[in-house]
Amino acid sequence: MAPPDPWLDLTAAAWGEIPGRPLRFYLHVPYCTHRCDYCDFTTYTPDDPRGRGQAQWLPGVRTELALAARVLPAALAGPVHSIFIGGGTPTLLAPETLGVAIADIADRWGLMADCEITVEANPETITPSLAAGLLAAGVTRVSVGMQSAVPAVLGALGRRHRPSTMVTAIECLRRAGLQRLSVDLIYGADGESLAQWQVSVQAALDLGVGHISAYGLIVEPGTALAARVARGVTRPPDDEDLAIKYELADAAFEAAGLRWYEIANWARPGEQCAHNSGYWRADTWWGVGPGAHSHLGGVRWWNRTNPHAWQVGLADVRGDRREARWPVAGWELLSAEQRALEQAMCTVRLRRPWPVLGNGRLRAALVAEGLVVPVGVHHASLTRRGRLLADHVVHRTLDAAGECWMTPASAS
Amino acid sequence: MGVPGRTPPSLLRNFSIIAHIDHGKSTLADRMLGLTGAVDERTMRDQYLDRMDIERERGITIKSQAVRLSWACQGTTYTLNLIDTPGHVDFTYEVSRSLAACEGAVLLVDAAQGIEAQTLANLYLAVQNDLVIVPVLNKIDLPAAQPERYAAELAHIIGCDAEEVLRVSAKTGAGVGDLLNAVVARVPPPAGDPDAPTRAMIFDSVYDTYRGVVTYVRVVDGRLAARDRIRMMSTGAQHELLDIGVIAPEPTSCSALGVGEVGYLMTGVKDVRQSRVGDTVTIAGQPAQVSLAGFQDPKPMVFAGLYPMDGSDYPLLREALDRLQLNDAALVYEPETSAALGFGFRCGFLGLLHLEIVQERLEREFGLTLISTAPNVVYRVVMLDGTEVVVTNPSEFPVGKYTTVSEPAVRVTVLAPSEYIGAVMELCQARRGSLLGMDYLSAERVEMRYRLPLAEIVYDFFDALKSRTRGYASLDYEFDGVIEADLVKVDILLNGEPVDAFSAIVHRDRAYGYGVDMTSRLRTLIPRQQFEVPIQAAIGSRVIARETIRAMRKDVLAKCYGGDITRKRKLLERQREGKRRMKMVGRVEVPQEAFVAALGGGEEVVARRS
Repeated sequence: MAPPDPWLDLTAAAWGEIPGRPLRFYLHVPYCTHRCDYCDFTTYTPDDPRGRGQAQWLPGVRTELALAARVLPAALAGPVHSIFIGGGTPTLLAPETLGVAIADIADRWGLMADCEITVEANPETITPSLAAGLLAAGVTRVSVGMQSAVPAVLGALGRRHRPSTMVTAIECLRRAGLQRLSVDLIYGADGESLAQWQVSVQAALDLGVGHISAYGLIVEPGTALAARVARGVTRPPDDEDLAIKYELADAAFEAAGLRWYEIANWARPGEQCAHNSGYWRADTWWGVGPGAHSHLGGVRWWNRTNPHAWQVGLADVRGDRREARWPVAGWELLSAEQRALEQAMCTVRLRRPWPVLGNGRLRAALVAEGLVVPVGVHHASLTRRGRLLADHVVHRTLDAAGECWMTPASAS
Repeated sequence: MGVPGRTPPSLLRNFSIIAHIDHGKSTLADRMLGLTGAVDERTMRDQYLDRMDIERERGITIKSQAVRLSWACQGTTYTLNLIDTPGHVDFTYEVSRSLAACEGAVLLVDAAQGIEAQTLANLYLAVQNDLVIVPVLNKIDLPAAQPERYAAELAHIIGCDAEEVLRVSAKTGAGVGDLLNAVVARVPPPAGDPDAPTRAMIFDSVYDTYRGVVTYVRVVDGRLAARDRIRMMSTGAQHELLDIGVIAPEPTSCSALGVGEVGYLMTGVKDVRQSRVGDTVTIAGQPAQVSLAGFQDPKPMVFAGLYPMDGSDYPLLREALDRLQLNDAALVYEPETSAALGFGFRCGFLGLLHLEIVQERLEREFGLTLISTAPNVVYRVVMLDGTEVVVTNPSEFPVGKYTTVSEPAVRVTVLAPSEYIGAVMELCQARRGSLLGMDYLSAERVEMRYRLPLAEIVYDFFDALKSRTRGYASLDYEFDGVIEADLVKVDILLNGEPVDAFSAIVHRDRAYGYGVDMTSRLRTLIPRQQFEVPIQAAIGSRVIARETIRAMRKDVLAKCYGGDITRKRKLLERQREGKRRMKMVGRVEVPQEAFVAALGGGEEVVARRS
């Protein structure tokens, strides 16, 4: 089999559309001290040999950035619009390490003046010195994994921090001068009552952050949670419960001035995550690190998840041998239908009104069913009920438009 | 071996083997082929006479065959015709014709299990045909064999001495030679008038892709010779005899078949319906005046709708049914449309096994995937104005006022260990049965006879019987006229829309149970929709049971970032693929699997086969 080379698949048309899109970088840090029960991300704990190569992370990232510089066309010279460092637990690495990676990107492509640089952090890792280090590294935004403010729920999720840690962590970050802060919440754990969820929602609001993400718990195959559900020890999330909790959270966030801008994201004006918004607009981004996903003009590829395999692949690339093993595990060249589906899937989730093209009856029907509110002549945006049934709305729009909902060009 | 056409009747013995499935009939036939030298060891294979894959796999014989054997007994060489019979009640008529071609029958019973109900039924058929019965216990080599006990039981049933019951092991061959000697000694030679106008009875008719219809006959009077012009007495149709021969055990042409001989005819016709089992063959130039007794048109008793899972396979299904009918005169079908299932055919079958065999052959031989509606029987509805409506599909059940509804009845024979009498009675009573009689076959075994509506045994009766008797009961039934009953049509409504595929005609007392069962099954099978969906069971406009599928409150609320997009897209793609296979009932999307699961149970079908 030929070596995987997603970039050979890029068509002239794909290259042609890239220069119009902002360039973004995602850096993946695949290390945690402990794996949470629900987590199926690419991450390794120290009891796994794959989790012990943290020292190799930065060299690997720098090699991959060099590779990106060779592959990306001159038209994509930058500057970079956003960087997102996710995990795993990025704050397990020294902030200086992250700073070197950020500086490398800045050296090669330059950064926009308002370039958003987000780091994900677990509350228990945040100290005054870490916060100061992140700021010094150039980080502008921190996303903290809060998940819940109720000890019993944190326990059910397999999280190890105490609710009070969260308050301290946010204070630390603020004192260091990091103002753009976000917290993540997860709802629907076994045994979580509505009252407990309300406590978490209120606690997140009380932190005074400008951005909150809230995710319904999903039982992903292969996780500790899935095993417990299979054994019947833990009940799987209940649809009705999840729907009620979503509605409850949405009402509370909106009342506090955090408006939804994507199904699972709420923000004060100007606090939206620019980087994540790029995903939903099919921007160009290069995902660096084990298991990271990238997108470039209709080609998606994803790296090997095993850090050693990723590094071996990179070592081969450095030798400039095209036949070598790559860090890439798989890739796909999207068809026009697939791009349309992805676009519908992502755009429908956004508050920003999207055009319901080609079929006036569809919009009227969706309005009548309480799924969308009409905006202008052709546009619509999901209602709260519609957000709960977003996939259904996606199917309806695709059905009505005969799978050609929007052309990529109309999406900007 | 005697030359066909020139073998005197005194040297002929025509016999069949009556046995329950698994009691070793095919193995015994194999052993006989080997012992008489008809098949040498090199070409021998298990169940030599069973032609179709399905027969060999299921260990049952669907189409009978006749094989000519040569056997030397006390210095004289006899010609034996072993006529294989189908073993199942659905094919009772074919069994009766096969038996009518014989003078004797070997009653083969497993020495470890004793006689079974179906065997008993076929034994009665043989006795009605005045056949000499040669009782034989098989599998005497088994450790669990109880030859003394079952010899006594057989002797009691057929009224002979226990010493007359032969003992063989078809597996080892022990006693098979003695059995063949007993056939020669006890079964009378055929009687017939060689000078009378020719009459031959058709006891089987099969379609062969290369040779057209192959017809198996037993000559009663006169003779049939190659190149004769023959005439079918029921239709008057005439055909040239292209080939005539015997099965020994491969087809072997001969010049003629004389009185008492058994063989095959080929005329080049392509459709078995032109060569019906039970019909009489005569010579066109010098025809007989009176046909042999016993010709009947097979009447379908059980009906079901067959629909292709993929609607575009409809033409293929039609073609497949046309082809099957060439080989199965009892199969009838006509196009039918179901709002829920699309285009398909309403098919009539002799019974449940026949239905299963046809469905399995359609799927296996033609690569079709089918949905079968719940089987139903034929109802006759007499309207207020005296007109009669024949209902083969619940959707045809008349809406207006009617005076009576009648349904086919069956006489059921159950053989069971006597400790289960109560359990069997309870079951038959619950199924609207009336006890006709009961006899002890021995101190431990009892025969119970019931009259039941056919509809009551069509569904899961055999399963229920087996589970209540720990598998020890055996069952047989024969059709027994019609009975009037208080029957109603129960409709199943999805979001207010009737789903024709789920309508059923049931006894008024059972309507509620059916409604509750069906609505609760559907509630678990149909996925949530964007709106609340009531599932109702109704008689006319009166709702008797209701379930509700709650509206779907949410689909996926997961995050959707860079690494999630591909996965989420693939999920949506799979959903879109799944939606294409959904059937719309009004606004409700119903997956195909829901129809399949609601309309029939896989386990049930398997259980009924045993």
